Amino acid sequence: MPEMVLLGDEAVAMGALHAGISAAYAYPGTPSTEITEFLIQNSKKNNGPTAHWCANEKTAYEAALGVSFAGRRSIVSMKHVGLNVAADPFMNSAIVSIHGGLVLVVADDPGMHSSQNEQDSRYFADFARIVCLEPTNQQEAYEMTREAFSISEKFQIPVMIRLVTRLAHSRAVVQLSDAQPENKLGKAPEPNSWILLPSNARNQWHGLLNTQKEMQDLSEKSPFNPLKLNPGFKEFGVITTGLAKNYYLENLPDLAEQPSHLHISYYPFPAEKIRELATNVDKILILEEGYPFVERFLRGILPGGMEIIGKESGDVPPEGELNPDNIRPVLGLPSHRGSKQPDIQISNRPPQLCAGCPHADSFNALKMALAGYEKSMVTSDIGCYTLAALPPYSAIETTVNMGASIGMAKGASDAGYFPVVAVIGDSTFLHSGVNPLIDAVAYNTNMTLLILDNETTGMTGGQPTILPSSRLEQVVLGIGINPEHVHLINAHRKFDEENSKILKTEIEYKGISVIIAVRECVETAKRHKRKGGQA
Amino acid sequence: MKYDVILSGVGGQGVLSVSAIIASGAMAEGLNVKQSEVHGMSQRGGAVYTNLRLSDKTIYSDLIPVGGASLILSMEPLECLRYLDYLNPEGQLLTSSNPELNIDDYPDLGTLLGKIRSLRHAQVIDARKLALEAGSGRAANMVLAGAASKYLPLNAETMEDYIRKIFQHKGDKIVEINLKAFHLGRRSQ
Repeated sequence: MPEMVLLGDEAVAMGALHAGISAAYAYPGTPSTEITEFLIQNSKKNNGPTAHWCANEKTAYEAALGVSFAGRRSIVSMKHVGLNVAADPFMNSAIVSIHGGLVLVVADDPGMHSSQNEQDSRYFADFARIVCLEPTNQQEAYEMTREAFSISEKFQIPVMIRLVTRLAHSRAVVQLSDAQPENKLGKAPEPNSWILLPSNARNQWHGLLNTQKEMQDLSEKSPFNPLKLNPGFKEFGVITTGLAKNYYLENLPDLAEQPSHLHISYYPFPAEKIRELATNVDKILILEEGYPFVERFLRGILPGGMEIIGKESGDVPPEGELNPDNIRPVLGLPSHRGSKQPDIQISNRPPQLCAGCPHADSFNALKMALAGYEKSMVTSDIGCYTLAALPPYSAIETTVNMGASIGMAKGASDAGYFPVVAVIGDSTFLHSGVNPLIDAVAYNTNMTLLILDNETTGMTGGQPTILPSSRLEQVVLGIGINPEHVHLINAHRKFDEENSKILKTEIEYKGISVIIAVRECVETAKRHKRKGGQA
Repeated sequence: MKYDVILSGVGGQGVLSVSAIIASGAMAEGLNVKQSEVHGMSQRGGAVYTNLRLSDKTIYSDLIPVGGASLILSMEPLECLRYLDYLNPEGQLLTSSNPELNIDDYPDLGTLLGKIRSLRHAQVIDARKLALEAGSGRAANMVLAGAASKYLPLNAETMEDYIRKIFQHKGDKIVEINLKAFHLGRRSQ
């Protein structure tokens, strides 16, 4: 059997290719980006299947739905908070009768390595009443992705693959199996199943609820939910989900007895197997990577006398990632000893804007423009420029979600604050900044929007922005802003003085104004230069 | 046999390339490998590290437990201390002496290097100097890979093959410089 060294993300991508996908869609987001990067490279090399970046996660999801409606298989991937953006198509896609297999990959980020929260996507799968598979290593990522397409077509539902950062970004050898061909093109046979008028939607919802039992039965039988009983040891049994299994097995040789163990990687989880485990032990320890998702259900499933220890009881850390060390106390094991730190202060080294970054110059000009005001407000967004929250810049005051800078600036201005400036990057603007700008234009809100156009999606590694930079101005003008209050400036320090004057004038203008600060990201510029001056 | 390595440095220093050379070499020699990387926000000039695990048995956790690492290999002296807790008390520490001064409160370099040298099993290498001797300051990470090769459970030749493979597309001269850097590192005391 052929084998390849793959990141968890890439293993998912290979699984999708070998499951015969016809298309893949995504918006870049750590830690999910490498899935689609891999598929785009593959598409270039092998002339297909289609792999596209999209304007945002919602449009990506909708494109995948179209592929399914046409009878073919598709994969759509995103980071956990991306699913908030795609929640509308996601929730409703559970109600239609999926035709070509549709697999949604969501990469969660417990520990918030590169995210604003650590929400657990398993709740979304449960909310939509669909199947979720959760691999614990690269091999499973490959196999479960393939299996997910079969389950999707069997139950006519989208299937979620839940990854976490440590799997998405860890590399190991994966054994591959034979690829299967693409599905034949052909519309969904029952057209009413895709028209969610209330009368149809009620039928569809009824059908989905009726399928729950089959999904549950599969869970009880699934090899993805292995139960190993040790009748000789009753003191406690262990349930693991996700990567917690790896950390548990890492520590298992240190335990005097081998507890009964149920691992769950297929959801809806196997209630019968949990009950079976419970009848064999006096206490259950539950280790989950993410929220105490299964644990909270367990407290309703098991008889009142059964002791359950986990995150809810305070015995397992409720925030951040699990690791091989922080589960040792609850297993009754002593902490490991490492080398001793010498007596010297180890200064923090936070990430920072690169030397020569155009954003740094734009923030400089903005600070100069705001210097004359006693108070001011700068709302901002998600991207490399979020790093301007840190010294020496300390230039932005909010970072909440993709596109929020513009809507929040409108609200603050409506509330009476002046001056208010929203700062957003080009890619984030196209992702979800256009709609709130329409709101601000509709009411000619007294605010200034500064779009930092570095011609790329920088933080995730320099993917191309969905529209070429040269079209941003036309997008803004197309909404109907007075062209006198739209300016293109060169984001370079030699124009700081000039740029700050333009900013100041537009801040003073009593209405919506947009300034687009343009200069290519230094990282992508270096890459383009190495490639021999390609644009 | 198991051999866990923490590689550390600052975003942009080539931590991932060194990690990839060791990982590829280990796989070629039939070992199981897990390499946990850092992508995204922290890559922008911040502290970065990878967990690299080599074993002839199944490796479960992608993360190395406290006290589990046999080697810390650091591209930067302050960064080698950040993960010291993960180094086995009998483990080896290898670091470049060349600081990345992109923060304001960097400790006094002389004191810092003194503290590192006073640790058990620590080797401090002027990687930049050896890299320049090899032909390019940018090959400092290969000097460190060479120094590490003395301790890793791998044949140096296997690692050299991967250095050739990685730099092949940049031309023979770059391959030679990186191999020379590797050898100078391997011979360093």
